Amino acid sequence: MANPLQQFEVKTLVPIQLGDVDASLTNAGLFMIITVAAITLFLTLSMRQKSLVPGRWQSMAELSYEFIAGMIRDNVGAEGRKYFPFVFSLFMFILFANLIGLIPYSFTFTSHIVVTFAMAAFVFIGVTIIAIVRHKLHFFSFFLPSGVPMVMAPVLVPIEVLSYLSRPVSLSIRLFANMMAGHTMMKVFAGFVIPLGIIGGWAPLTVDVALTAFEFLVAFLQAYVFTVLTCLYLNDAIHLH
Amino acid sequence: MSEEKPQKSLDDLEAKLRQAREGSENGGSGGPALKKGDMSGFSMAFRIGTEMVSALVVGVGVGWFLDNWLETTPWFLVVFFFLGAGAGIMNVYRAASGLGYQPGYGPTKGDAPEGGNQMDASQDAGANNKDAGGK
Repeated sequence: MANPLQQFEVKTLVPIQLGDVDASLTNAGLFMIITVAAITLFLTLSMRQKSLVPGRWQSMAELSYEFIAGMIRDNVGAEGRKYFPFVFSLFMFILFANLIGLIPYSFTFTSHIVVTFAMAAFVFIGVTIIAIVRHKLHFFSFFLPSGVPMVMAPVLVPIEVLSYLSRPVSLSIRLFANMMAGHTMMKVFAGFVIPLGIIGGWAPLTVDVALTAFEFLVAFLQAYVFTVLTCLYLNDAIHLH
Repeated sequence: MSEEKPQKSLDDLEAKLRQAREGSENGGSGGPALKKGDMSGFSMAFRIGTEMVSALVVGVGVGWFLDNWLETTPWFLVVFFFLGAGAGIMNVYRAASGLGYQPGYGPTKGDAPEGGNQMDASQDAGANNKDAGGK
C-alpha cells in the first residue's frame, strides 16, 4: 500500500543555489506559481469583455469580488476598504491553492504549516503594525479589558497577551490541519480499494467519492475562514475596543 | 398636480438614498464576528479545537523559551502552561459565545455590537436600529 503521507513530500525540481541560500524550485514553489498564474488568467480573461450583462466567467469573477468586498464591509466597515486588495489576494490565493490541490497528482502547498504559518504571521504582524500606527500606545490597552480591577491585571494581561499571540498559530494550524487531514484520509481510504478486491472494495470507494465532495467544501470553507478571521483581526486593529 | 408628485417622490428617494448610504458607511461595520449559521458545525468544532490547542502551544513555547534563555527550568514552563491553558479556555469561550476576538467577556458598552461601538452611540443609534431592522 502506498504511503498516504507521500503526497506531502517536497521535491526539488530545479536546483538553484544563491550563495548559502537554497532557492531551488520545489514542487511546492511550482504549484504556487501555477496558482498565481491561474488566478491572473481567471481574472483577466473573464473580465476581458467587460459586458454590462456578465457572462458565465465574468459573473464568477464579479461574484468573488463582491464576496470579499461584502465580507470587508460587514466585518471591518468603511475604513477596511483600502485593505481590499490584500484580503482579496489572500482569499484567491488560498482558495485556488486548495482547489488546485484537489486535482490528482498535484501538490497542495496549503497542507504545509510553513506556508500557512508564513501567511498567518504576515497577517498578524501587518495587523499589529496597523494597530500600533493608528492607536499609538493606546494599543496596549487592548490587553486590559475595561472595567477590570487592577488586582487582576498581573494574571489577566499575560493571558490576554498569550491569547493575542495564539492568533497566528490557530490561524495557520486550522488551514494546514484541515488540508492535510482531508488529503491523508482520502489516500488512506483509496489504499483499501484494491486490496479489498471487487467484493469489499466498493465501500472505501464510496467513502472516497463522498470525501471528494467534502474536500471541495473544506477547500472553500477554509479559504473563507482564513479571510474572515483576517478581516476580524483587521477590525480589532482599526477599531480597537 | 401630476408634476409635483413625482418630484416629491424623487426628493424622498434622494433622502432615503443618502440615509442608506450614510448608514452603510457608518453603522454597517463590525457586528459580532462569525454569526451563527455562517459556518457549518464542523468548522465551528474545528475552530474551537484549534483555539484551545494553539493557545496552549504558544504558552508552553513561550515558557520553554524563557526557561532556556534565563536558565530557570522549569518555572516559566509551569507558569506559562497554566497561563496558556487560561488563554485557551478564554479563546474557546469567546469563540463559542460569538464574541469574536476582542478582550473582555461580553459587550461592555450597552449592548451595541462590538466594532460598531467606536462611534458616538447616541448619534448613531438611529442608523444602527435601521440596520438591525434590515438584517
